[in-house]
Amino acid sequence: MPFIPHSQIDEREMLSSLGISEKEELFSHIPKEIRLSKELSLPAPLSEIEVEQEIKKISLMNKGVNEYISFLGGGSYNHWIPSTVEYILSRGEIFSPYTPYQPEASQGTLTILFEFQTMMCELFDMEVSNASVYDGASALAEACLMALRITQKEEVIISSAIHPEYRTVVKTYLESAGFKVKEIKFREDGRTDLEALEKALSSDTAAFAIQNPNFFGIIEDIKGIQSLREKTNILLIACVVEPISLGLLTPPGSYKADIAVGEGKSFGIPLNFGGPYLGIFTSKMEYVRNMPGRIVGETTDTEGKRGFVLTLSTREQHIRRAKATSNICTNHNMCAIAATVYLASIGKKGFKKISEMNLKKAHFLARELGKRNIELLFKSPFYNEFAIKVKNPDKVLEAGLERGFLAGLSLKRFYPDLENSLLINVTEVHDTQSLEKFANFLGEIENG
Amino acid sequence: MAEKLIFELGRIDREGVSIPPDDLESLNIDELIPEELLRKRDPTLPEVSEVEVIRHYTRLSQLNFCVDTHFYPLGSCTMKYNPRIGEKLSTLEGFTSLHPYEPDELVQGVLKIMFDLGQYLCEIGGFDAITLQPSAGAHGELTGLLIIRAYHETKGRKRSKVIIPDSAHGTNPASCTLAGYKAIEIKSGKDGCIDLKRLQEELDEETAAVMITNPNTLGIFEEEILRIAEITHSVGALLYGDGANLNALMGITRPGDMGFDVLHFNLHKTFAAPHGGGGPGSGPVAVKKELEPFLPVPVIVKKDGKYTLDYNRPLSIGKVKSFYGNLPVIIKAYIYIRMMGAQGLKRVSENAVLNARYVINRLKGAFDLPYNKPPMHEGVLSGKKFREYGVRTLDIAKRLLDYGFHPPTIYFPLIVEEALMIEPTETETKETLDAFIEAMLKIAEEAVKTPELLKSAPHTTPVKRLDEVKAAKELKLRWKEYK
Repeated sequence: MPFIPHSQIDEREMLSSLGISEKEELFSHIPKEIRLSKELSLPAPLSEIEVEQEIKKISLMNKGVNEYISFLGGGSYNHWIPSTVEYILSRGEIFSPYTPYQPEASQGTLTILFEFQTMMCELFDMEVSNASVYDGASALAEACLMALRITQKEEVIISSAIHPEYRTVVKTYLESAGFKVKEIKFREDGRTDLEALEKALSSDTAAFAIQNPNFFGIIEDIKGIQSLREKTNILLIACVVEPISLGLLTPPGSYKADIAVGEGKSFGIPLNFGGPYLGIFTSKMEYVRNMPGRIVGETTDTEGKRGFVLTLSTREQHIRRAKATSNICTNHNMCAIAATVYLASIGKKGFKKISEMNLKKAHFLARELGKRNIELLFKSPFYNEFAIKVKNPDKVLEAGLERGFLAGLSLKRFYPDLENSLLINVTEVHDTQSLEKFANFLGEIENG
Repeated sequence: MAEKLIFELGRIDREGVSIPPDDLESLNIDELIPEELLRKRDPTLPEVSEVEVIRHYTRLSQLNFCVDTHFYPLGSCTMKYNPRIGEKLSTLEGFTSLHPYEPDELVQGVLKIMFDLGQYLCEIGGFDAITLQPSAGAHGELTGLLIIRAYHETKGRKRSKVIIPDSAHGTNPASCTLAGYKAIEIKSGKDGCIDLKRLQEELDEETAAVMITNPNTLGIFEEEILRIAEITHSVGALLYGDGANLNALMGITRPGDMGFDVLHFNLHKTFAAPHGGGGPGSGPVAVKKELEPFLPVPVIVKKDGKYTLDYNRPLSIGKVKSFYGNLPVIIKAYIYIRMMGAQGLKRVSENAVLNARYVINRLKGAFDLPYNKPPMHEGVLSGKKFREYGVRTLDIAKRLLDYGFHPPTIYFPLIVEEALMIEPTETETKETLDAFIEAMLKIAEEAVKTPELLKSAPHTTPVKRLDEVKAAKELKLRWKEYK
């Protein structure tokens, strides 16, 4: 039997030290009525060689971004991952500990998380970061709950240009607890309607939330957002789903976000069919005691040597129980480590270069499409993702598969009104030749 | 030598891994985006070479205790060995390279694994339907409670409270609050189990659910479980199961057969996926038939041999995260179940219980056993007898590090003074268990004869005992010199 080391002699010795002779007797106090009378109905066990063959076979039933040139984004962006990341994550010292409850035996994990928190503060221009939460969507939901705790109010207002699945998660988290979530429409140019937002704000409003760049890849009017924040004193929650953009774009702290969250998938984490990803969670220092999740702090040992520990635990469930700031009791640690090693590996210069490449390549494709009379759906500045108008998105997607493209995301899936449009994402992994090839394909299908 | 931070390494302008060249130099950023949208100051990130990155993080990794290097009997956490085959196969490109919005027909393999794992878990737990979406046990608790809330609301009976025992995991009451319920804690009985009388007194039409762990956090099987389920159901409330302790039960008995309506699994505990130093985990939630309509979207459906993601579920609670679940963790659990089979899983639970009972039996003389009932996969001892020597359980835990063992869970459950919660798991050899027992007995002697040795422990770790009070007072939460 794999993974269970005892021989029959071991078992016999141990049972006899307990004064019993059969393993069955270990369970004699469990009521008969609920003892399983037969074996569980599961497939027959496989040896390692058999399971390896089986899983490889199943993996080959899947086709993804290696088999197709993919333009799918929508909250999960396909970026290059340096080999350093995979190597560090493959070490048992990294993946096989528990949460660092014994800091003296966990300085590796804790030090890396302290570096992670520093990097997130830098990128987001925020004062404090936690050690991460599950993903961008749950981070946004936790941010809304945090704002409600801080203000003791009842409602949050969110832009409908925030990722649709994020909005669903926010509603799932908030509405059950009796809070209200109001959505603000976006304008014809793809930006959040700030006039409508301003009108909707009231004395019941704890916070308003925006995503930048938003779900359509559009860069929001951050000057307008900042002035709304300053005018009203209602908390601003900023959400960055594509943080590679932060090599170029104004970070949330600079437009006065009170809480800034994000999806860290782009930092060294594989697509993995949507998870596990990385919830980034930052805020102003004054709100740190209302933050959810693990936070690592610096301290010293009895000899004055620097070391790191989990801190401000009195916010957390294992101490505060029903009054905790959240029920979360882990972070997405491996993903936070991936992000840290990723950012250390590409470094200051590399981050900026990659950020620029994403912008330029996306704009290159948009221009190539423009030359072929394919129009952008929204006329606002965008980063590495944009929506285009097509006659029949389903037909484009189907034809794309035949020609080796995952040709983007049909927006009508989430926005029934945007029925003739595709959302297209471009990153540093696309070379200009394949972008031209894709432009030609779209040109043929739309103009032909 | 102390390990520096990555920010303290490297030099200005040093570059790490090579970045592909920019083949669009002709495009000018200023012409693509208005200047007012651009950041004014570049983020400060490390400027280090690749070799510095690898040495730094390799050396840091070596400062950790982990399952691969140390026995890790952390109660309630099931720190079993993580099979390497799971690591190898879950990172195949046929899994890692899949985008969540690909059409279903391109991802039939991964949907098959998710669907089949769901079926296996339902069989193991005794349930009818499942979601793999939650990212962790606590996330599963929230999901399960929201399902319960939706169920009651559909029945037109809005209820306000959830009853939990005072021995419960801290996540239980925290999840209740998050789901909009008032958590009512009831005192455990003298035997450490649910006090039926107190439960009966609290149960009423306002009770949405009773949330319990079986075996409970003392490692004791709740023998009155059928009666608990019966009185819970008699007021229309549901029985929620925290699956943290499932490693004691596989192939022996099933929560679904005990009367639980909802159960969350921890794939990173029971099903051998690694804990990752704090995630990602996976906390699937299984339910009985009548709760199926409320599962989060999408649900994986199999029809005519094809798998699809079904979003058309009007009664669904919505979503608790984006997309579908933590795939590599799911694959590892699938592999584990396929390799163990029914007999293997039963042997897992038998040996998990055997090991725990063996360790507790040998330690219960030197330490106190507050509840003298046969432990299942874990047992709780108390170190309170050493208080008179000025020794606390924390000191015992720190001293264990010097002997090369990760300590048990301490100060939990809250109902035991100076608690030491020991869960050896089934993947340890008898020699390891004996060595741990010897170390614990030695420490019990030291506590009496040389208590200072414990109070100043650990002595052999990379840092000595850390000042947690100072950390909370000074709040250095990022590297400051950095700006």
